[in-house]
Amino acid sequence: MASEKRLRIKTLIMVLAMVVCAVTGDLLLKRGMSELGAVQFTGSGLGQALMHIATSGMIWLGILFLLGFMATQMTVMSWADYSYVMPAGAFGYALQTFLAVVVLHEAVSMRRWIGVFLICIGVVLVGQTKPRTTECAERVSEKAVMSC
Amino acid sequence: MLTVLLLFVLICGSTGGEIAISHGAKKTGEPKRMRPREVLVFISQVMSNGWFLLGIPLMAASFFALLILFSWHPLSFVIPISALSYVVGALGAKYLLKEEVDAARWAGVILVCAGVALVAAG
Repeated sequence: MASEKRLRIKTLIMVLAMVVCAVTGDLLLKRGMSELGAVQFTGSGLGQALMHIATSGMIWLGILFLLGFMATQMTVMSWADYSYVMPAGAFGYALQTFLAVVVLHEAVSMRRWIGVFLICIGVVLVGQTKPRTTECAERVSEKAVMSC
Repeated sequence: MLTVLLLFVLICGSTGGEIAISHGAKKTGEPKRMRPREVLVFISQVMSNGWFLLGIPLMAASFFALLILFSWHPLSFVIPISALSYVVGALGAKYLLKEEVDAARWAGVILVCAGVALVAAG
């Protein structure tokens, strides 16, 4: 029972770290690509887009955050189900909306609030299920086997 | 037509890549302790795993599809459609990773999918 609680808390912390990295990374990428404008689907257009991507600090910072997202995601998926982590990570959309209202004082439509509500209910529902339903794989350490 | 193809690459690439990496991470086993050094050792072990090497090109294809779609269409078009990846991912988890996706988890996944589509469209 104690190990199950520990597993839930550990999973929650990692999912939160994952969400923060993903939200920040996506925002930076969107801003970086918007500076470029519409990419033309031709050889020169794609080459120009690649050059922009390679030289944009905003995009590199976004990529750095997305690498952080990937590292936290890989770590949490070493013990938790993919079908548990993936929907729980959608809490990022709700977080973005709360930040838009609280920090940026943006007006948010009713449709968006309904979406946030559905996401929160969905995350709570997934959160009620066991974080891990598959059997333990080969472990790196004996300690990890004991907490399995 | 190119938009449909890119959306397919976006959804199946990211889901397939994550499923492959998830499988590789589980095969590696979780880090002994949550300390930076041990997490880095764990990540380097996952990165030398064949499943990771399969997942990365799939995710890279998805990433470039996302960048191109972002430059062609507003976020409010791209993200609602990409929300389908939650359902595709749950199907992959059930049939490829053999996870138990029970009724509560399915309900959660479907609500999240609908919610993400509404938020992004809103």
